[in-house]
Amino acid sequence: MFRRSFHRFCAAEEKRVGTRTVILGNHPVSATETYIAPRFCDNRIVSSKYTLWNFLPKNLFEQFRRIANFYFLIIFLVQVTVDTPTSPVTSGLPLFFVITVTAIKQGYEDWLRHRADNEVNKSTVYVIENAERVKKESEKIKVGDVVEVQADETFPCDLILLSSCTRDGICHVTTASLDGESNYKTHYAVHDTNALCSAESIDNLRAAIECEQPQPDLYKFVGRISIYNNSFEPVARSLGPENLLLKGATLKNTKKIYGVAVYTGMETKMALNYQGKSQKRSAVEKSINAFLIVYLLILLTKAAVCTGLKYLWQSNPHNDEPWYNQKTQKERDTFKVLKIFTDFLSFMVLFNFIIPVSMYVTVEMQKFLGSFFISWDKDFYDEDINEGALVNTSDLNEELGQVDYVFTDKTGTLTENSMEFIECCIDGYKYKGVTQETDGLSQTDGPVTYLEKADKNREELFLRALCLCHTVEIKINDTVDGATESADLTYVSSSPDEIALVKGAKKYGFTFLGIRNGHMKVENQRKEIEEYELLHTLSFDSVRRRMSVIVKTPAGDILLFCKGADSAVFPRVQNHEVAPIKVHVEQNAVDGYRTLCIAFKEITPDDYERIDRQLIEAKMALQDREEKMDKVFDDIETNMNLIGATAVEDKLQDQAAETIEALHAAGLKVWVLTGDKMETAKSTCYACRLFQTSTEILELTTKTVEDGERKEDRLHELLIEYRKKLLHEFPKNSRSLKKAWTEHQEYGLIIDGSTLSLILNSTQDSGSNSYKSIFLQICMKCTAVLCCRMAPLQKAQIVRMVKNLKGSPITLSIGDGANDVSMILESHVGIGIKGKEGRQAARNSDYSVPKFKHLKKLLLAHGHLYYMRIAHLVQYFFYKNLCFILPQFLYQFFCGFSQQPLYDAAYLTMYNICFTSLPILAYSLLEQHINIDTLTSDPRLYMKISGNAMLQLGPFLYWTLLAAYEGTVFFFGTYFISQTSSLEDNGKVIGNWTFGTIVFTVLVFTVTLKLALDTRFWTWINHFVIWGSLAFYMFFSFFWGGIIWPFLRQQRMYFVFAHMLSSVSTWLAIILLIFISLFPEILLILLKNVKRRSARSPTFELPTLLSYKHVDSGDS
Amino acid sequence: MTWSATTPGAHQPDNTAFTQQRLPAWQPLLSAGITLPLFFCVGLAFIGLGLGLFYSSNGIKELDYDYTGDAGTGNCSLCALADQDRAPPRNCSCAWYFSLPELFQGPVYLYYELTNFYQNNRRYGVSRDDSQLSGLPSSLRHPVNECAPYQYSAAGRPIAPCGAIANSLFNDSFTLWHQRPAGGPYVEVPLDRTGIAWWTDYHVKFHNPPLVNGSLALAFRGTAQPPNWPQPVYKLSSDPNNTGFINQDFVVWMRTAALPTFRKLYARIRQGNYSTGLPRGAYRVNITYNYPVRAFGGHKRIIFTSISWMGGKNPFLGIAYLVVGSLCILTGFVMLVVYIRYQDQNDEDEDEE
Repeated sequence: MFRRSFHRFCAAEEKRVGTRTVILGNHPVSATETYIAPRFCDNRIVSSKYTLWNFLPKNLFEQFRRIANFYFLIIFLVQVTVDTPTSPVTSGLPLFFVITVTAIKQGYEDWLRHRADNEVNKSTVYVIENAERVKKESEKIKVGDVVEVQADETFPCDLILLSSCTRDGICHVTTASLDGESNYKTHYAVHDTNALCSAESIDNLRAAIECEQPQPDLYKFVGRISIYNNSFEPVARSLGPENLLLKGATLKNTKKIYGVAVYTGMETKMALNYQGKSQKRSAVEKSINAFLIVYLLILLTKAAVCTGLKYLWQSNPHNDEPWYNQKTQKERDTFKVLKIFTDFLSFMVLFNFIIPVSMYVTVEMQKFLGSFFISWDKDFYDEDINEGALVNTSDLNEELGQVDYVFTDKTGTLTENSMEFIECCIDGYKYKGVTQETDGLSQTDGPVTYLEKADKNREELFLRALCLCHTVEIKINDTVDGATESADLTYVSSSPDEIALVKGAKKYGFTFLGIRNGHMKVENQRKEIEEYELLHTLSFDSVRRRMSVIVKTPAGDILLFCKGADSAVFPRVQNHEVAPIKVHVEQNAVDGYRTLCIAFKEITPDDYERIDRQLIEAKMALQDREEKMDKVFDDIETNMNLIGATAVEDKLQDQAAETIEALHAAGLKVWVLTGDKMETAKSTCYACRLFQTSTEILELTTKTVEDGERKEDRLHELLIEYRKKLLHEFPKNSRSLKKAWTEHQEYGLIIDGSTLSLILNSTQDSGSNSYKSIFLQICMKCTAVLCCRMAPLQKAQIVRMVKNLKGSPITLSIGDGANDVSMILESHVGIGIKGKEGRQAARNSDYSVPKFKHLKKLLLAHGHLYYMRIAHLVQYFFYKNLCFILPQFLYQFFCGFSQQPLYDAAYLTMYNICFTSLPILAYSLLEQHINIDTLTSDPRLYMKISGNAMLQLGPFLYWTLLAAYEGTVFFFGTYFISQTSSLEDNGKVIGNWTFGTIVFTVLVFTVTLKLALDTRFWTWINHFVIWGSLAFYMFFSFFWGGIIWPFLRQQRMYFVFAHMLSSVSTWLAIILLIFISLFPEILLILLKNVKRRSARSPTFELPTLLSYKHVDSGDS
Repeated sequence: MTWSATTPGAHQPDNTAFTQQRLPAWQPLLSAGITLPLFFCVGLAFIGLGLGLFYSSNGIKELDYDYTGDAGTGNCSLCALADQDRAPPRNCSCAWYFSLPELFQGPVYLYYELTNFYQNNRRYGVSRDDSQLSGLPSSLRHPVNECAPYQYSAAGRPIAPCGAIANSLFNDSFTLWHQRPAGGPYVEVPLDRTGIAWWTDYHVKFHNPPLVNGSLALAFRGTAQPPNWPQPVYKLSSDPNNTGFINQDFVVWMRTAALPTFRKLYARIRQGNYSTGLPRGAYRVNITYNYPVRAFGGHKRIIFTSISWMGGKNPFLGIAYLVVGSLCILTGFVMLVVYIRYQDQNDEDEDEE
């Protein structure tokens, strides 16, 4: 949607590649060049779809693009043009109703968007023009304008920070509204412009910014500013994401800043990021479409059969045109082919109600309203973050009840992601930390608790490294005055590990006091303040899996500290140092701790000069900056000395183990996908009972694979071996695999990223396919799979692989971090956890919950109920319309195939929108065929609906046959009953409308009572709508027949209903027919109950199901 | 659709029974303890009703005669021969003789039945103008297009009543004669031709156009009679309350039948000696044979029937009730057996109501 408007508003659209040049303040840079201002789009945010003018045509066009609406439009047009049995009103009115309701809803939503847009677009901003501060509306900002932003204001567009009016050119920003991270981020101004702190000086600045075309990635920006500073050669400075202030972020802790607009309006990163997500379609919707096709075929067949029979029947001339019913001359002259065609269309129109317009409305309403129950559920409310569940899409509610595979992230999802420093090891000596933080301070004088002690210098070096090698910031608390500042330092960082480490160092006497003017201050054990000049930060990324800082000690030495995952650090240090530390690292990993290795390196001034140059060069690069930086980093982080390792515990989330167990019991396969290392992940998996102690673990990791000479051969061997093992265990590839789990040996599989890529990207042409298929076979047989060392993209790859398995299982991904977004988007249902790693996952998800444990209720209770409700809704809709139309079809055999409708037009129109719509809607919102508590406590119930069980061919046939049976009973019951002189005691005869009304009355009562029989959960709402609908039908019929309607051509229904009810026989007939229609259903329910009773075992009871029960005392 | 369900202000979800899906609810289940007695009760009730209906239906007498006049079926065949080629009907008369050995319990109703006549044909069914029939003068002059080809006469005058239904009004007439003493003269049995149409049709839906100078004929001036009619609509009867659009024969005919075989009420016999029924003796029905049915392969039939509280004779309803009732009881027994067997199998105590 955004992209479309983007195209619309930026007519002079450039390609996304290439660069753009922004002239500061739109002043010509030099007098000699004639400056042609390039056209950029204005700063208007347009998230709305429509304007007042194009709403009607555009909305209508979009609505009629839906196949169903288009179908009804066609039917309507046929009715208008061709002489058809029912007036256009009968299908036009419901269609109009549907279209209007949808249009109103969409219009309202769009109005809200307009309002929000206007709020943004009309907000006041200050722009520097001709050395003056000019007040403007936000939408008037042009690319190149210099904008002044005050503290706590939101940036109106993407700005390059020119000056923050502080000495160090720093400003703090929070991006809570962009990615949910509420910590302050520091942005830097270019040194050369930092001093410009007034409107005049800014206005005198002549500069041009060259930067890439707009990109949606929030964390990437490459640009260069050329400053024309009186001198002839412009000064060029590189610009990175740290110079870019994003629209939507808020300025904090800084009085005011000046910035130049580089991306405006729909080209800002925020706008680009809101591009519509790909539409996910649920399995139920696919079933609906399949049913629709079946019913469309039935419709076409019916129409074709009737047309054929009509002409067969009419081949007898006295049937075609008996003397009492002669045709007009025009009718006689019409071509026969045309007549056949019109007749076919007429039959289509007559039977078109078999595909109900209202089903789509009801399904949409059900989904929309039903999803509120998720966000309303107080069990999903988490007090820590003061939020409940959030529904981002309501299209997938029922998919929650159909999940086969659950892919979960580990950190932050299964675990708390609140890290605690547990222990460290320095030079191979283990230091078990003090666990209480309060004690830590008192122990600062002595050395840390130790078993054996390493060299004191090494200890201090290690702790300094912990204090320096990070990106933690101190949160400045305005209310706290300077005196107490040091007492309560609040650390803020994007990674909780770092905070844990810094806090850990503090426990041992080294306190990080913050960073000021590029100097990091550290208080050492002797309470002395050490200042280190921060020269470079080699930031962390998930590919390198390490980060480094280069600092200058007070003594003038230049040191590089590096911390990172063992696999990322070990190859880069002296070999002899690795062995003693490796033992500890592995032990820690087994205990379920996260380990990081710390290394350092001294850099000679000469080397530093070279490094510095390389780094700056790489940072200045406009093209391929990332790769260049990586290469430089790679060169720098070599030949380091390993000092030690840290162990940080990541606590398991509340009830994570119970949830995993419940999911297992529900027949779901849980896969853990994590970037963590194998040992850590494995221990977490044991802790959360993904693997039981009895589970046999199959490993496909670098370790096992590298035993062989050639990796691939060994891999092949292993795969074959495992497959054999599993096939032996499950000899039949039975569909009862889920049951088999409980009886057989359980298997778990562990695979790591590199092995996975080996399997997926195997070069062997013949072999690669078989590798993959063998691997998949193994996966499908394992109860639990752990994939460790996964890159984000690999996570998505795995999800896609499973998604495309035979039978296309439904996948669900749950995660909390930015690295889970790809898998959340890839899977059928994406669930985000509102965790500590920002809100990106939650923003991109379909549903977000505060904790992993909520998944249990979300799937087992909500998912189950939603699926059951919508499946019943769909089946019931097709059922009631087949019931409705079948008598009309049968009637054609008795009226000479003349398309005579059996029911009055009002009944045809109202049947779906009034008489039978609300009970099913209420049912589909409120029904609980099994109590929520039972559903949550007995996960096995989830299996009953797996594999789209309620919308398979079997149930569909059952409903269809039931409808066919009932339709036949309605028609022929009434037919036989009317085989008499009179139904009344005064001998008067009935006409065809009475006949149809009897059928219709039986129909309305039967389908409503059928729903009543299916309802297991009678709230007052159900009572109200079910009995209310029937009462409304009676009331309406009296009313409709009680008046001579002046606008009607024919008063067909005048007093028909009242007259019908004055006959005792009719009453008896109606009661009898309703009973006959419902009899098989009642019988079936009884049989089911008997079966359930017999199936009941002492251990497995459904306590609420077998008796009359009032859940609460107050029953309506 | 995308929207955020929780607005930033309201974080804590409401703790109400509705939002938490914990509304008080009645959770019935058709358990055997409830349904078995229900089955027996319903079964017995249905059998009772069925018996009542069956005997009522059996008590209803019907006497019918097919007077279409197929060759060799009586004296109406002569008339039928004449109608072979759809010549304009002439007044051909025939008669049906029958004798009653005992009293034909009344009140007796006289019906005629047509077969293979599609009054429910769509084109036929719409070929009428209800506002014309309600006596609206403007509609009298301008019948609706649906009436075509019976909308305007060849001379261009509006047809009143217009349309195919009116044009095909059944125009056979019957008189009933009773030979009171055996061998004696036939006495005409009075047929009540009123009160055969729906009260609302006769009183509300159908009206004659306002009289002009007190004359109905003048009110219809300028209109043409339907092509098949021998006389205009205002001459259907001499009774001013039964002529024109409110002629009861006409009103009955205008209520189109649901099925191609249909009966329509012709008269009630309820006057004089005949109010309790037709006494035993010989009878003759004089039939004026006008209506051509052989052209479309139809039949016509005349029926004397008595009417009970349940209407005319219809064994179906009674039998259906009996069958369903017995089925209920049978199922009840089967369920009982099944239930007891399972009860034995798992001898746990059940929480039966």
